[in-house]
Parts: sequence; C-alpha cells; structure tokens
Amino acid sequence: MIGGLAALLLCQLAGELLARALHLPVPGPVLGMGLLLAALLLGGRVPEAVGTAADGLLAHLGLLFIPAGVGVVLHLDLLAAGAWPIGLAILGGTLLALGLTGLVAQRLLGRR
Amino acid sequence: MNPLGELWVYLSREPLAALTATLCAWWVALRVQRWCGGHPLANPVLLAVALLAGALLLAGIAYRDYFAGAQFVHFLLGPATVALAVPLARQWAAVRARPLAILAAVGTGSLAAILSGLALGWGFGGGAGLMASLAPRATTAPVAMGVSEALGGLPSLTAVIVICCGVVGAALGPLLLTLLGVRDMRARGLALGTASHGIGTARALSVDAEAGAFSALAMGLNALGTALLLPLLWRWLAG
Repeated sequence: MIGGLAALLLCQLAGELLARALHLPVPGPVLGMGLLLAALLLGGRVPEAVGTAADGLLAHLGLLFIPAGVGVVLHLDLLAAGAWPIGLAILGGTLLALGLTGLVAQRLLGRR
Repeated sequence: MNPLGELWVYLSREPLAALTATLCAWWVALRVQRWCGGHPLANPVLLAVALLAGALLLAGIAYRDYFAGAQFVHFLLGPATVALAVPLARQWAAVRARPLAILAAVGTGSLAAILSGLALGWGFGGGAGLMASLAPRATTAPVAMGVSEALGGLPSLTAVIVICCGVVGAALGPLLLTLLGVRDMRARGLALGTASHGIGTARALSVDAEAGAFSALAMGLNALGTALLLPLLWRWLAG
C-alpha cells in the first residue's frame, strides 16, 4: 500500500518536473499517468501494492473533487447570469458527444 | 473575547473543521444516494457540494477559509489522476484487440464534446475565461481542472460543470443510446466514458461488466487525449 502510494507520488513528481522543465502545456499528473501506464505495460503486470493504492484512491474519486466543487459559491453570479446557456451547453453538448461516440463505436467495432 | 468567539477562531484557523465537514458531507451524500436506490440523479458529488456550499453561505464563511482546510483532500486529485493508469493497464488487452476503432470513436466523441462546449460558450457570449472553463468539461475532473487552469479558466467552475455533465450523461445516456439503436455493450461503454467520465463509468459498471470496462477505458483515453491535445488546439484557435 505504502509502496504503491509512493509509486503514484513518484510518477506525479516526475510528471510535474517534466512538464516544467520542457514547458509542456499538459498537467503534471497527466504526464505521471502516462509514465505509470508505460511502466505497467513494460512490466507486463500491475504490482499488487500499486493496484491496492490505485483502487483505494479511485473508489472515492468523487470525494476528491468536492473541495473544488464547493468553489461554486465564488461563481454564483456567473452561473445565475448564464443559467440557461450553460445548462443547455451541458445538456446538449454531453448528449451530442455521447450519441456520436456510441454510433461511431458500434459501426467501427462491427459484429463479433 | 467571549468563549464562543475563541472557539470560532480556533475552528477557522485549523484545517480540522473543514476536513471533518467535507468527509461528513460525502458520507451523508452516499447515504442519500443509497436511500434513493442509487438513482443517477442523486449524484453524491452534487449532493455533497450543495450541502457544503449551502453551509458556507448560511454561516458566512469565506471559500478561501474552507479551502485552507479542504486542500488536503483536494491534493489527492494528483495521485488519483496518476492512478487512472491502473484500470487502463488492466484493459490493455481489449484496447490492443481493436485499437483503431476505439481510438476513432473516443476521438470523435472527445472532439465533439470540446467543440460543442466551445460553440455553446461562444453562443453564450462568454469571455475566454468561461470558454476555457467549458472546453475540457467531458474529461474526468482532475484532468479537466488541470487543463482549465492551464488555459486560463476557473478550475472550480470547471469542476461544477464536469460534475453536471457526468450526471446528465449517466441519467439520460442509456436511454439516448437505446433510442439510437446502439446495443453493443462495448459501444455503450465507450460512449458513457467519453462523455461522462467517472460518473458515467459508475453507471455503466452497474449495468454490465463489459460496458463498465470499456467506459473506464474511454475515460482514460479521453483524459489523456484532451490533456495532450486541447492546449495545442486552444493555442491554434486563439492564435
């Protein structure tokens, strides 16, 4: 578990350093995800400690974005002013992307 | 100073109160979700955020003071983003079987999500800040917030929009896919994961294991693709 957490933090740290050193526009943790994926695929399996740590974090992924979500109190004016357009953007945009992905995927994957 | 005032000063200076409130709100939200039979509209993130935001507004506590404590939970978003590599690695055999079909489908959906977000943001007449907050809305929250911040958006506004997109997709997505005649569980999973990230994946998993696996895969690919390509696309659109 501790080894797994350390591995996650090491990948994040490496990602942050890489993003800064090379002035990449990608968030450090995302580069860390790419690094970990490469390491896991090269190793050919997911070590138990890494799997345990990852599953533990991802099981409550929702909890982790609550502090940022509460930041909505800072934007109540913005949201109230644009409630309809923002709401329609969320509804229309999400359903458009969802339907399109499903149709393209079913067509390309074909029958088994 | 009176004793109550001293207590208040103690509570607002230490991170303990904000952390406790955050975990309690999450616990209550999970209970409410279970009580509603796991209904997708009873989304625990939305419920917990509403509870805490309401509490802050009622008690007149500044968001900055709340976040000073809650940032310890917020910090874990980084390692959690890295951890998304694990489900992706576990599904790697399935990706390798049909890599082009999966990439094309997720890529199409991802681009549609970004462009529709930008088009509607433009229609709203929003400035660059709102557009940057709307653009990465289909990806999983930690990535969307990182990209939003890199583009000059408001990460907290993005987080709220991302959560709403997840709830909309999880609640209405399966119905829409059935109406469109998309019955292949792999395609249904890819669609939910691309448009509605973790919240869509949770819904897909509860219906079908294969759909859940492909949804997790789409979520990871969309996160990686959006994080890598959106900042470049943004620069190109702005330049």
